[in-house]
Amino acid sequence: MSSTLSAAFRASLPVMFGYVPLGMAFGILFQNLGYDWFYAPLMGLTVYAGAAQFMAVGLLAAQASLFEVAVSTFILNSRHMFFGVSLLGRYRAKGLKKLYLIFGLTDETYSLITSTQPPVGHDEQDYYVALTGLNQGYWVTGCALGALFGANVQFDTTGMDFALTALFMVLMLDQWKKLREPYPFVVALICGFSALLFFPEQMLLVSIGLSIALLLARSRFSQVMP
Amino acid sequence: MSELSYLLMVFLVMTVATFITRLIPFVAFRNKSDHPLLMYLGSYMPPAIMTVLVIYSLKSVDLSSAPYGVNELLALSLTTLLHLWRGNALLSIFSGTLLYMAAVQLGWFV
Repeated sequence: MSSTLSAAFRASLPVMFGYVPLGMAFGILFQNLGYDWFYAPLMGLTVYAGAAQFMAVGLLAAQASLFEVAVSTFILNSRHMFFGVSLLGRYRAKGLKKLYLIFGLTDETYSLITSTQPPVGHDEQDYYVALTGLNQGYWVTGCALGALFGANVQFDTTGMDFALTALFMVLMLDQWKKLREPYPFVVALICGFSALLFFPEQMLLVSIGLSIALLLARSRFSQVMP
Repeated sequence: MSELSYLLMVFLVMTVATFITRLIPFVAFRNKSDHPLLMYLGSYMPPAIMTVLVIYSLKSVDLSSAPYGVNELLALSLTTLLHLWRGNALLSIFSGTLLYMAAVQLGWFV
């Protein structure tokens, strides 16, 4: 397990550099609501969804109804439904392990799980669990640091979360090296920019949904089925 | 409802709502993981989603005013070139990030 864990740690380092400062930004914002500091990391531990947690600060401040909270969380996170579709064959763990893998499925965790591999001879399910746990650990740590120390942090982290953009870029290049087929990349580029232009609020949901539709359409009309 | 129980109820509702969005495909398609269409999506969705995430993470870049996304362009070019050359993910990511942090914090292109 130890070298599985160290491989997962290496692969997840860029997420640490993204999640800690983003979690801190959330913690600082959350403290404006006036609750005890530990509620920010508690939210990272239970809800564990970056964009939704930022949205929740506004909803909490406005004392929104629980129904409104449920609906807006569901809509904001609905893109995650698509992630699982491409992980059915990968997640072979059972019981609690599998539930935790599903619970912790963020954009960044999805990216690492689909693009990196455990060392030869190691159990990939343990590797996935380690990646998921480390990523959540970074996020919860960030939430706690932000809520505890807030604006007193001396180290300027501005721009550090660019690590996530660079991570997505590198994983996209790795996907290209593996697949060597332009279709999914071109489709996603077109869908991504169109969604950004016409549905900026629901950019991820629209562009991922549209990309999947176009991928499926192609599999129907040509003989690329595996 | 007290203020604290309201907060905890919000946590609970959001935890359940988030978990459901992540759980749905695993319930809807259980025992179907070897369906050819789902296997096809298993290998073609990750490249598409990675591409979408790159665009998404750059969505707040303002191309219409200074510095016109120069910081992002420079840092991503460094990351891309290093990655095509050396293929070392950590090296590519951290070089790009350090360059970006330096460019933004020191205001190279304001």
